[in-house]
Amino acid sequence: MLTKRIIPCLDIKNGRTVKGVNFLDLRDAGNPVELAQFYAENGADELVFLDISATEEKRKTLVDLVLRVAEKVNIPFTVGGGISSVEDVDVLLQCGADKVSINSSAVKRPELINELSAKFGSQCVVVAIDAKQVDGEWKVHLVGGKVVTELNLFDWAKEVEKRGAGEILFTSMNNDGTKNGFANEALAKLSTDLNIPIIASGGAGTMQHFADTFKKGQADAALAASVFHFKEIAIPELKEFLNEDGILVRR
Amino acid sequence: MKIVIINYGAGNIQSIKFAIQRLGFEAKLSDDVEEIQQADKVIFPGVGEASSAMKKLKATELDQLIPQLTKPVLGICLGMQLMCKHSEEGDTKGLGIFDVEVKRFSNQVKVPQIGWNQISKLQTELFQGVKEQEFMYLVHSFYAEKCDEMIAETSYDVAYASALKKNNFFGVQFHPEKSSQAGERILENFLKL
Repeated sequence: MLTKRIIPCLDIKNGRTVKGVNFLDLRDAGNPVELAQFYAENGADELVFLDISATEEKRKTLVDLVLRVAEKVNIPFTVGGGISSVEDVDVLLQCGADKVSINSSAVKRPELINELSAKFGSQCVVVAIDAKQVDGEWKVHLVGGKVVTELNLFDWAKEVEKRGAGEILFTSMNNDGTKNGFANEALAKLSTDLNIPIIASGGAGTMQHFADTFKKGQADAALAASVFHFKEIAIPELKEFLNEDGILVRR
Repeated sequence: MKIVIINYGAGNIQSIKFAIQRLGFEAKLSDDVEEIQQADKVIFPGVGEASSAMKKLKATELDQLIPQLTKPVLGICLGMQLMCKHSEEGDTKGLGIFDVEVKRFSNQVKVPQIGWNQISKLQTELFQGVKEQEFMYLVHSFYAEKCDEMIAETSYDVAYASALKKNNFFGVQFHPEKSSQAGERILENFLKL
């Protein structure tokens, strides 16, 4: 049986991990490679690296990071952040990334999804969608929620699938940072509407939240950052918990 | 030991090179017929779409070379599928090393299958030290049917062959290079054949 996946997300700025990573037992928690190795050894099923730097050298530092991670880490990983062309993706995949995640660039130019899946296969194209419920409607947002679009989450998700995305990484901006659980209603609708895997993101606070998003939200994978980085939840314990709840996970 | 990873522009081969490096060996990427012939171990990777991958193999005449190799060959993911008789993906005629048909998962399940699934009914030295029901990382929309050449089975939509063997040819649907320690063990077993 295919298992549900647990995915820690690492925010990267100028080649270093950011956002309060608090690991006393790591020599250098700011080093994304060390942190990635730690998660891989502790049962993470995949990793996501999100580059939030805005420098001109960005592309170069991201490529360098991908090479360093691929060299050391023996589980799959996705990279995202500012990827906007077939050439960008080509370089990242050649350096050892398994998948890329695109967000704003897909909204600006949806054909990019077709181009990427035709050239590299849909399995490596993750489309990240940030959405927020405004007056009852889920609207797609860009630039970390600063820019609202006219796109409806569910319509956009369907279009993204049709254009060849292999997975959708859905972040609920209503839930992100609240630690009150994932947006399971919207997730369940996405999972029913679409036939590609859905990664739940935004809202993880407790182990029960993960169980809920796999059961009620029908998510295929769950992504979180701070609960892992701050050691509020350890992945081996989380997997034990999920297993006892009857959810199949890799242990 | 000379290890060659066949390089025909098929996606993520860097990861295989790195995984072999972690095991203490060095692998060379090559599309050179002579170099591949002289290798002690050949890895035939593949990510992408079957018919275009097959075209690339034909353009370099690797489609002629691969079935004639006599040293151990390991096809990974699409590499394994191309070693089969035929694939539904792009109605592609394969290399015909394994006498089996490659089909698409039905829409009863999410396609592609992405993630960790279990391998069972493990056979041959490729799986030495690997436990039954071990988890492997898989990413694919097409699968090889169960057949006589099957040496590992996985279930998703249907029970299918997640590893195949015939003579010196091995094929695995999963990515050993991305499947944590157990995957590295399988790669190591192959390199020590």
